[in-house]
Amino acid sequence: MEQSDHQRIVITGIGLTAPNGNGLAEFRESLLAGRSGVTEYEVRYFGPTVAGVCRFDEFRYQRRKEVRRGTRAGSVAIYCAREAVDDSGIDWENVDRSRVGVYIGVTEHGNVETENEIYSIKAYDYDTQFWSHHHNPRTVANNPAGEVTLNMGITGPHYTLGAACAAGNAGLIQGVQMLRLGECDFALCGGVSESIHTFGIFASFHSQGALARHDDPTKASRPFDADRNGIVVAEGGCLMTLERLSDARARDARTYGEIVGYAMNSDAHDFVVPDPVRQAECIERALARSGLGPDDVDIVNTHATGTSTGDVQECLALRRVWNGGGRTLFNNTKSYIGHAMGAAGALELAGNLPAFADGVCHPTINLDRTDPECELPGLVANEPRAMGRVNVILNNSFGMLGINSVVIVKRI
Amino acid sequence: MTGAEIREAVVDILSDIAPDEDLSNLDEEVAFRDQLELDSMDFLDIVMELRKRYRVQIPEEDYPELISMRSTVKYLEPRMQDIPKK
Repeated sequence: MEQSDHQRIVITGIGLTAPNGNGLAEFRESLLAGRSGVTEYEVRYFGPTVAGVCRFDEFRYQRRKEVRRGTRAGSVAIYCAREAVDDSGIDWENVDRSRVGVYIGVTEHGNVETENEIYSIKAYDYDTQFWSHHHNPRTVANNPAGEVTLNMGITGPHYTLGAACAAGNAGLIQGVQMLRLGECDFALCGGVSESIHTFGIFASFHSQGALARHDDPTKASRPFDADRNGIVVAEGGCLMTLERLSDARARDARTYGEIVGYAMNSDAHDFVVPDPVRQAECIERALARSGLGPDDVDIVNTHATGTSTGDVQECLALRRVWNGGGRTLFNNTKSYIGHAMGAAGALELAGNLPAFADGVCHPTINLDRTDPECELPGLVANEPRAMGRVNVILNNSFGMLGINSVVIVKRI
Repeated sequence: MTGAEIREAVVDILSDIAPDEDLSNLDEEVAFRDQLELDSMDFLDIVMELRKRYRVQIPEEDYPELISMRSTVKYLEPRMQDIPKK
């Protein structure tokens, strides 16, 4: 069904911090150069490990007091939001802030702050009178989005979307829906992650046998590779400004692409083991909504995290949809930065969007020996592939408890 | 701790709570809130930090005593006189 420009939603700005780049230009450059952002890392109690660590300037948009009072996720979100608005070129000073919506996906929130507080009161023999009054405002689930509104004077709706590792896409989908419903005129949406600051996530993945390890940290994240051994946890953030095409055109905005399709569904199958049938259904629903077929898709950013089971399951889903062939190329962005959790969906999509302009599909790195169960025709390994014109990018993002999300962006 | 040492301790706490502020010209008589950007949560940080660093317990009904530097030091002097300087 043909949509009016009022119902068509476009991406007009991108703000991001990734372990291998701050800002889309630097991130893209790293992806095309095969530059990993995974480094050695140490976290309380757990000890030495590897992680994707971001190095953006927190004080660029926040005073020291704001950083002290807030959360790392809040700082990531503020940095990304301010960068995205700046990138959008909108006359922010004259934007009606009551018509701006902030929708930020998170895998989890509050673990970091709770662990810090428990660690802190250990010095006082766990006497809770030393428990900070900042704990609640730091750990409420809307915190990262709320900090954005405080920092930027936004009085429209804000909340986070708890959607495990599908959250980045979920944030974008929420932005699309709210614009179409007329709940806001300008959406700041995507996802953030502060997960590397909680020892619990590392310890839990380790206990699950799903935490990556490698002597060379840059080789630890290796989705689809026969020698993969788990997830590299990463922090990061990516927020996009979404607008109606009619509004973007009215202000002659530069657009990165149009979100033409999306879908979310549930496996209803297992806490941690994904269901390829439901994943495939999610992809097919997103394609149906966009009016496109599988072969119309130029690039698929896969979700694969480097776990033994998850990667195979996603490949089964992809084979169901693409049926063993076609012109579509597949890549994986976690191979560079690890798994940025709530940020992953938006961040990985952002890393691919410049393909509309440069016509290149960035590769999956660290793919030295493809697992036979992860063989995919069109899987781009280790070297970028020039494609010519790229029109459609599909982004997979899946999470625990069987939550699936797919976003499709079309060149405009 | 002497009055001067208590003042120093309070300035040290304020420098953590309000790291963007210039504390070199604090007016002893003027309310903290009228010369620094402090809200109620910051104020609770002063109480918490005194508790954490010096184990000084300040009951809620006494919070108004901490309105300015002079009143704060005056209030804390008898309560911190036996506490050694850190």
